[in-house]
Amino acid sequence: MDTSEDILHQASPDLVRGSETARRSKAARLSPSFISWLQAGPMMLVFLAFFLIPLVFVVIVSFWDYNEYQLLPAFSGRGYTDTFEGCIAQLPELCTIGKTYLMTLKLCFMVWAITLFIGFWVAYFLAFHVKSKTWQMGLSLLCTIPFWTSNVIRMIAWIPLLGRNGLVNSGLVKTGLINHPLEWLLFSEFSVVLALVHLFTFFMVVPIFNSMVRIDKSLIEAAYDAGATGFQTLVNVVIPLAKPGIVIGSIFVITIVMGDFITIGVMGGQQIAAAGKIIETRVNALQFPAAAANAVILLAITFLIITMMSRIVDIKKEL
Amino acid sequence: MTETTRTKGVSRRTLLKGTAGLAGLAAGSGAITGFPYVKSADAKVLRYLGTAVNEGDDISKQCLKDTGIKIEYITATTDDVTKRVMTQPNSFDVLDTEYFSLKKLVPSGNILALDAKKIKEFDNITPVFTKGETPGGKKIGNQGTAPWKVLYLEGKDSKKFATSATEFVTLIPTVYNADTLGIRPDIIKRPISSWAELLNPEFKGKASILNIPSIGIMDAAMVVEATGKYKYADKGNMTKEEIDLTMKVMTEAKKAGQFRAFWKDFNESVNLMASGETVIQSMWSPAVTKVRSMGIPCTFQPLKEGYRSWASGFCVSKGVSGAKLEWAYEFVNWFLSGYAGAYLNRQGYYSAVLSTAKAHMEPYEWAYWMEGKPAEKDIKAPDGSLLEKAGAVRDGGSYEDRMGGVACWNAVMDENDYMVRKWNEFIAA
Repeated sequence: MDTSEDILHQASPDLVRGSETARRSKAARLSPSFISWLQAGPMMLVFLAFFLIPLVFVVIVSFWDYNEYQLLPAFSGRGYTDTFEGCIAQLPELCTIGKTYLMTLKLCFMVWAITLFIGFWVAYFLAFHVKSKTWQMGLSLLCTIPFWTSNVIRMIAWIPLLGRNGLVNSGLVKTGLINHPLEWLLFSEFSVVLALVHLFTFFMVVPIFNSMVRIDKSLIEAAYDAGATGFQTLVNVVIPLAKPGIVIGSIFVITIVMGDFITIGVMGGQQIAAAGKIIETRVNALQFPAAAANAVILLAITFLIITMMSRIVDIKKEL
Repeated sequence: MTETTRTKGVSRRTLLKGTAGLAGLAAGSGAITGFPYVKSADAKVLRYLGTAVNEGDDISKQCLKDTGIKIEYITATTDDVTKRVMTQPNSFDVLDTEYFSLKKLVPSGNILALDAKKIKEFDNITPVFTKGETPGGKKIGNQGTAPWKVLYLEGKDSKKFATSATEFVTLIPTVYNADTLGIRPDIIKRPISSWAELLNPEFKGKASILNIPSIGIMDAAMVVEATGKYKYADKGNMTKEEIDLTMKVMTEAKKAGQFRAFWKDFNESVNLMASGETVIQSMWSPAVTKVRSMGIPCTFQPLKEGYRSWASGFCVSKGVSGAKLEWAYEFVNWFLSGYAGAYLNRQGYYSAVLSTAKAHMEPYEWAYWMEGKPAEKDIKAPDGSLLEKAGAVRDGGSYEDRMGGVACWNAVMDENDYMVRKWNEFIAA
């Protein structure tokens, strides 16, 4: 920006001098950096209008006061102090927000670990064991089939399967493996994790696959030639080179699970706390500043996790 | 847009349909702010915001036939209805909501009270609303936000509830009911007569309550009182200590694994009960009927401590005036004139004006639904499907017995904010 202005400044007094300077300034105005800004511009504007500005509003509202029926635009930390109510007084026992985040993080970690494991091996299979490009395409499309129905349906479909009198339980009872239906199959942490893994593994598969297909096959051959075992090749060649994909997939899964309250609600029988659930309850009670405060806290924690992850891998550099 | 609207009837209708669809979307997501205001010179259109309870297609069709008013439903959950009134008061004309929301809605100034003098049947509205007693003279419990406490305003634009009758009515009553626990008699196999049974360890892992804090805590309070642990001055307006105590009892039960799941909407409650995940839970009358119509035994069990009741009614948005306001009165008058009332009664709800509804029902239907007598013929739902075989008796019996047995009303407490926080703590426990 500076350079183009400078040139313009130099050029303007003696425009008469001839067409050469004018042409030069025109070329300068369309300098590569300016073009980049122009290209990124629309996206920036969209981000500004639909992400940054609303976010600023959320932060502002989180410091407002409220009563039963309206927002009171006066500074108040009530949204935050209420949220952390009892966090010191109840020690060593955890307060509501502590318990809620502990549960959310626990679910998040389990889902992340399982989706990473499954996603990694599915991607590995697609990238290294399927030789033909056509089959690779076909099989990855196959992975998208669950996405042809809505999130909600994919989630609810588990309920008749896992219920007390559901298919799994009646099957197990009939074969004589168990005497009483297993209660923990549904409305439990198990069912929540199962549904979340089912819903989000694909978000892990795609970026990891994407990283893996770009690994130069000759590197792997070289590793074998140098005498590395399959495991050594995996750990020393494939995983480091697939890291960007792993991190991007992890960011997808973690951000979604941190904010989820619908799946946790439905599959957990509304008995399992979630960070998103607190926000929903507050919004439904028209306590918008408290909801906004909780949203800011959730955002901060999620941001912290992602920052930590991008410390491990510099995505910008790796891409 | 107005040009095409005036010249082409068809395109106007398509536009209206589109708007209704949008409204549904907006209601569902709660994300859309601002709403196209459809102004039409020749068609009488009212945008009707409410929960699904009163919003039958048959009702809107009959209304169009009788009055020429086209009703566009905007359906949302109770919470979302309230949210919408607060944030987008111009997105609807007629509001159908529950009395307990009035404590939030009236101070916001976003709704307009209706004039009792313009409501033809106002004097025939059941004394349940106006006096707090049944037509037979039984006193009704007044804990919580009982409709007669918030029925009148002191003046046209007043934000204060009047203690005696005025002509400014907050909500013109439409529908109400008495709620209790639903049970599976085929699995429980013994009589149930008290709210205390909800926390009976016998039903460990097979009980459920609503996950709507303001209603759920009322059910919880009924249970606490039934177990003899505590007697509330007003279950609908607890002190902080009372909220703590109630939530402590419920938290202990939750930790011990008493509850299978909490439910939030009609279908969830039906599925829990029908699949046998739960055998005892707080429930709504039509949900019990739905389970029964699937061929699964389910009873809307009357309990000795009484019912928890709710009621809703009509008002209009503050943006409604002139001709539109007249249509709104015309619509409300039509609603109370019998067809809609009979329709609601046949679903197991109660209509506000009993005399007109009775005129629109068969004598055997009235006897079954309202008088608690055995059905002379098969009882059918408004859509014609079979609800009960001849000889069946309604759970809880007659109108007098059911409404007369009401102990408390859905409410918004003074300590609502604290209660919501405690509810989150309960879920996290």
